[in-house]
Amino acid sequence: MKPFEFFSPITLAEASRILADHNGQGRALAGGTDLLIRMKRKQWTPRAVVSLNRVAGLNEIALNGDLKLGARVTLNQLIRSQIIRAHFPVLAQTARNMAGVQVRTLATIGGNLCNASPSADMAPPLMALNARAVIIGVEGERIVPLDEFFVGPGKSVLQPGEILREILVPRPNDFTRASYHKLEHRQAMDIAMVGVGVSVQIEHRTSNIENCSDVRIVLGAVAPTPLRAKRAEEILRGNILNEENIAHAARVAAEEAKPIDDVRSSMWYRREMVEVLTRRQLMELGDSRLEIGD
Amino acid sequence: MQRHHISLTVNGDSHELNIDPRQTLLQVLREDLELHGTHLGCDSGDCGACTVLLDNEPVPSCLVLAADADGRAVVTVEGLVQNGEPHAVQKAIVAHGGVQCGYCTPGIVVSSVALLQENPHPNEQQVREAIAGNLCRCTGYQKIIAAVVEVGAESGF
Ligand SMILES: Cc1cc2nc3c(=O)[nH]c(=O)nc-3n(C[C@H](O)[C@H](O)[C@H](O)COP(=O)(O)OP(=O)(O)OC[C@H]3O[C@@H](n4cnc5c(N)ncnc54)[C@H](O)[C@@H]3O)c2cc1C
Ligand code: FES
Ligand code: FES
Repeated sequence: MKPFEFFSPITLAEASRILADHNGQGRALAGGTDLLIRMKRKQWTPRAVVSLNRVAGLNEIALNGDLKLGARVTLNQLIRSQIIRAHFPVLAQTARNMAGVQVRTLATIGGNLCNASPSADMAPPLMALNARAVIIGVEGERIVPLDEFFVGPGKSVLQPGEILREILVPRPNDFTRASYHKLEHRQAMDIAMVGVGVSVQIEHRTSNIENCSDVRIVLGAVAPTPLRAKRAEEILRGNILNEENIAHAARVAAEEAKPIDDVRSSMWYRREMVEVLTRRQLMELGDSRLEIGD
Repeated sequence: MQRHHISLTVNGDSHELNIDPRQTLLQVLREDLELHGTHLGCDSGDCGACTVLLDNEPVPSCLVLAADADGRAVVTVEGLVQNGEPHAVQKAIVAHGGVQCGYCTPGIVVSSVALLQENPHPNEQQVREAIAGNLCRCTGYQKIIAAVVEVGAESGF
């Protein structure tokens, strides 16, 4: 690692000021599971590392109206939280399928999002749940829909001196169902080749026909940023979740993906798998025998 | 080079250390405190050989800046030995033949102890999940898993 100065401020304002003073040469440190690897490889050579570890309030999970997830909430905290298990099971399940226990002790939800990897596992389910990012900078606070948070591989809308403070997620109603599935080479400790997050609002019309009043489909690892499959959503919004509509939407979602060939997988395979994962999850979520909220 | 002062409790003993901010917790444990039980494998969070307990939770110590561990408590594999007696997990892994070259063993022991603290009677699947972040090139895991399940089954509470 290149030499750097280490800071451990106790307020966000101070953290933000130190980062701003270093004018793009500073990096926030949360769990360090992405940052340290980049620094060891000298891909990043920050002059200041600003730990968020001692800043109070960043690791809270609270549900009053919206769910408030502090940026420093760790993946293991998500898995253990009663609030998350009861109301946002998709988030606990996503965290459980990331890395191994040791890394999950350190890895934070904010770090996963701010690292802005196209394959970040937390992005699709949170975007599917219509989450917003609360960002603090020297000039104050701004709120950005997570849909607009990612700019490109490794790049978010955060400007030098800006820190993600928390994620806000609307409380799902009794008719919301959400899921996230990723495809990886191994069952543990692997990065997604393709990830698909889906949420649907189910309106019961008759006993066994599911009408979908709203839907969000988010594709991970198949574009420079996590991507909403908006044309696929349009096909389902206000329609019946039957096999035909779902198959159509899944096909369109695959067309919307912009995958690349790389070591993990080929472009062709990724596109095929977007269709499979999207169809499978919509079929599962649209199954009226499912207990709602599961 | 600028030095950074930290206080660290390791296996119950407090230490005041002047470190280079670039040092990982793993480096401080091995180089400054000469605790060589915690191993360096991949240096990137993938193998688990460097697992220690930080405030009672398992972490890969190669991904923790020592400066960021200021004021916190660390337990390494050395700290699991009580009055010269190996921990039950250590005894069971040896008895089951779950050690070959031994490189992964300290990390696996620490991960297993962390699991047993949270869940005293884990089943096989739970043990597999708890050590998913620990790679072993030699044993094929079966004997390690059997050993940890047995410790849980035999623990009296
Ligand atoms: C072995 C291993 C397995 C992994 N498996 C997975 C996996 O399955 N899925 C997956 O998605 N990822 C995985 N990762 C990547 C990583 O663990 C996650 O992305 C993790 O959530 C990052 O969080 P962190 O707190 O460690 O981030 P850090 O490394 O601390 O930070 C990452 C980046 O975000 C910035 N940052 C962090 N917090 C903030 C904030 N609040 N405000 C502004 N900027 C901030 C940092 O400056 C840095 O640029 C894995 C990593 C390892 C080492
Ligand atoms: S050396 Fe830390 S995980 Fe491999
Ligand atoms: S015993 Fe050799 S790596 Fe596990």
